[in-house]
Amino acid sequence: MRRTSDELAKMRRAGRVVAEMHEKIRAAIRPGVTTRELDKIGREVIERNGARSNFLNYGGGPGAPPFPAVICASPNDVIVHGIPDDTVLVEGDIISIDCGAIIEGYHGDAAFTAPVGPVTGDAARLLQVTEASLFAGIEAMVDGNRLSDIGHAVQTVAEAAGYGVVREYTGHAIGTAMHESPQVPNWGKPGKGPKLRPGNVFAIEPMVNVGSAETRVMADGWGVRTADGSLSAHFEHSIAVTDHGPEILTLP
Amino acid sequence: MPAPLVSSEIVLAKPKEDAIVLEGTVLESLPNAMFKVELENGHELLAHISGKMRMHYIRILPGDRVQVELTPYDLKRGRITYRYK
Repeated sequence: MRRTSDELAKMRRAGRVVAEMHEKIRAAIRPGVTTRELDKIGREVIERNGARSNFLNYGGGPGAPPFPAVICASPNDVIVHGIPDDTVLVEGDIISIDCGAIIEGYHGDAAFTAPVGPVTGDAARLLQVTEASLFAGIEAMVDGNRLSDIGHAVQTVAEAAGYGVVREYTGHAIGTAMHESPQVPNWGKPGKGPKLRPGNVFAIEPMVNVGSAETRVMADGWGVRTADGSLSAHFEHSIAVTDHGPEILTLP
Repeated sequence: MPAPLVSSEIVLAKPKEDAIVLEGTVLESLPNAMFKVELENGHELLAHISGKMRMHYIRILPGDRVQVELTPYDLKRGRITYRYK
């Protein structure tokens, strides 16, 4: 699916809203804040920009109600899909925030993991490596490369540091829906899948665990934890392939 | 938000430029390594085993879930390119 320049313009606007959500939420992350308060900040940004949330009421089916918030807030060993609640963040926690926005029918989706106050060196390293793996994947999003080159780059960086790359959840094409085909796993052999061409837009989102890559879904049907209780980080951007290299849409 | 992994979406080989890749279940095996396959959308078609699978002596039996490549020029014919575990 190759997006036209008009479509990319709308996706850039949606991406900017997401970037603003990230900026305001990052500024609010400190010991003592609850994830519910962070969700409220996200809602305010969306409303102020006249956008809609693609997270609110997403999914749902047997075992899981529709997603009840505009952000996912996933602390420590929660990998993704944490539902914001009255959990108070304390110093030493890491918190992953994932959110998105829709402008005129076009979607943006991005995530980051941040430390709450000072954290251990191991936790800081996890965040650095996971973010680096995302950027390695982004660098592979060049016209002429193949889809699996992205996941291969992500996996190489994360596993070189000794971490586990989550298999059960993947990145994805994005445009007029949050999740479009094809999926972009964060692992794999290079050189497989369709060729990347200008106008392709993907959300790349490495999920990296300190320990094993195994996951477990929580009782609320949404939250996903590491099976071995180790910390997990998640970084994501929505990026367009262009004829002059990858363009990250979810930046201010 | 991450998408849950759907293994059938991971296309293992690059299909011909205009091929349609779908998943189906083998209904019966016919002579000459041909198979009747039922796709997820209910359509039935006649598929042959791909050369690569022949080369590696991969057997296909009725009941197997397989990946099928279709041409838009004849939706009643396909090529079986992968057998799922």
